[in-house]
Amino acid sequence: MIEVKDLHKSFGGAHILKGISTTFEKGKTSLVIGQSGSGKTVFLKCLLGLFSPEEGTISYDGKIYSELSGDQKSDLRAEMGMVFQGSALFDSMTILENVMFPLRMFTKQSKSEMQERANFVLKRVNLAEDDHNKFPSEASGGMQKRVAIARAIVNKPNYLFCDEPNSGLDPKTAMVIDNLIQEITEEYNITTIINSHDMNSVMEIGQKIVFLKDGLKEWEGSRDNVFKTDNEAVTDFVYSSELFKKVRQMYLEERV
Amino acid sequence: MKLALNTFLFFNLAGIIRSMNYLHNIGAYFLMIKQIFRKPTKWSVMKRLIFNEIDDLIIGSLGIVAFISFFVGGVVTIQTALNLTSPIIPKTLVGFATRQSVILEFAPTFISIIMAGKVGSFITSTIGTMRVTEQIDALEVMGINAINYLVFPKFIALMLYPFVISIAMFLGIVGGLAACYFGGFVSIEDYIIGVQMDFIPFHITYAFIKTIVFAFLIATIPSFYGFYMRGGALEVGKASTTSFVWTSVMIILSNYILTQLLLSV
Ligand SMILES: Nc1ncnc2c1ncn2[C@@H]1O[C@H](COP(=O)(O)OP(=O)(O)O)[C@@H](O)[C@H]1O
Ligand SMILES: [Mg+2]
Repeated sequence: MIEVKDLHKSFGGAHILKGISTTFEKGKTSLVIGQSGSGKTVFLKCLLGLFSPEEGTISYDGKIYSELSGDQKSDLRAEMGMVFQGSALFDSMTILENVMFPLRMFTKQSKSEMQERANFVLKRVNLAEDDHNKFPSEASGGMQKRVAIARAIVNKPNYLFCDEPNSGLDPKTAMVIDNLIQEITEEYNITTIINSHDMNSVMEIGQKIVFLKDGLKEWEGSRDNVFKTDNEAVTDFVYSSELFKKVRQMYLEERV
Repeated sequence: MKLALNTFLFFNLAGIIRSMNYLHNIGAYFLMIKQIFRKPTKWSVMKRLIFNEIDDLIIGSLGIVAFISFFVGGVVTIQTALNLTSPIIPKTLVGFATRQSVILEFAPTFISIIMAGKVGSFITSTIGTMRVTEQIDALEVMGINAINYLVFPKFIALMLYPFVISIAMFLGIVGGLAACYFGGFVSIEDYIIGVQMDFIPFHITYAFIKTIVFAFLIATIPSFYGFYMRGGALEVGKASTTSFVWTSVMIILSNYILTQLLLSV
């Protein structure tokens, strides 16, 4: 479980996160949604320890990040997996090497053990064996995302962070990736946080939803409530497309 | 005059702010240097990175360095020969002049400027691309010291740079020899006698001290500009240009300072 209390982050004079508090539970996929520029990535990078917030605390199963020593921070980092928006695969390495990389860095496993584990997770994300020796530049966007997920989970993380995991993917592939993340979260009992601006994701996998607006938590709740809420900012975001507006209309009529 | 200059400086606020920015960059640069040697990456991983960098930065540059050295050596010889028309000046001076200019200046400095362009922009653009595609974030998330991981192997690879410069020195002198042979300006014997004339071993030491300093600059300045860049593909291009400009400026300045310190005593 991750608990965030009153998180503030600025760059130069720009106050980006203005006091965010929330919790994310283990074994669940929580979604952080909001418009582009609302501070989702900055929030996630604070949770990852890539940015250090000026104010506020983040605790990981009771361990408060800012109170840990350097070594303890490194240990905690080793428990985190991250899927970056653009996959961020190392383009000088093959797909298999990318997935083996965290193991090479942080475990004392033999090469064959590492290979076995990498093959296992690549299989778990449904990547064909023929593709293992391709370079990231030779892989499609969907494939790159799968590899990024495989790399994030290869070292059995307790916390998984995904920054817009389905941006740039077609709706079908996006859904496959979303479901994959959710399955893995439940299977390995991981605390998963996904940044998204995609309503399909919200409907598919959002077990908890945090809505950010201008660096503040505007709303949080369950997937069902996100479609029922009266909060204008949320409905404005959720029903931005005509299709969703119609869906809402039907939904409301049904309820009456 | 001095007062006018002071007033000019005083009111040139934009300039002062810009120079504060430079100061900030210089500070950040030295912090990066410190970071190169902290929290080292596992040796088994680092070993491979170093070999890759030797391949990319050193082996990959030999071709162009050999080509340039050979022909510029030839040109220096031809020009010297054509300018020495007076019959009282011995022809051996051509070989002597070629050797001196190749060893003292051409191989260490001129080739380093070329390398600042070739190797430097390669370093800035590869590290910069890793920055904009979040690969550096990916390293840091894993708790890896990204500066050590990325810059240290380049630093070690460039410690082989004096080897490149030795080749440049050798081929420059051979290029002069070839020019004599094909152009017939001076006899080969005279050229070779000239090359061996009045040899001062300290000149080689001086050249290699410069080379080591330039290697350090070529490894670190482009890395700095790549590592701390922000933006997208366009900014990667801009960062490569800026890094080339500053690497060459620093090479030229340190060349001046080192020459003053080492040769004018
Ligand atoms: N490293 C940084 N330095 C300065 N400003 C930043 C940095 N990262 C993000 N920002 C700013 O923070 C704001 C929120 O960005 P971001 O979190 O990327 O939004 P989102 O992910 O929701 O689209 C933007 O205005 C952006 O310009
Ligand atoms: Mg973002």
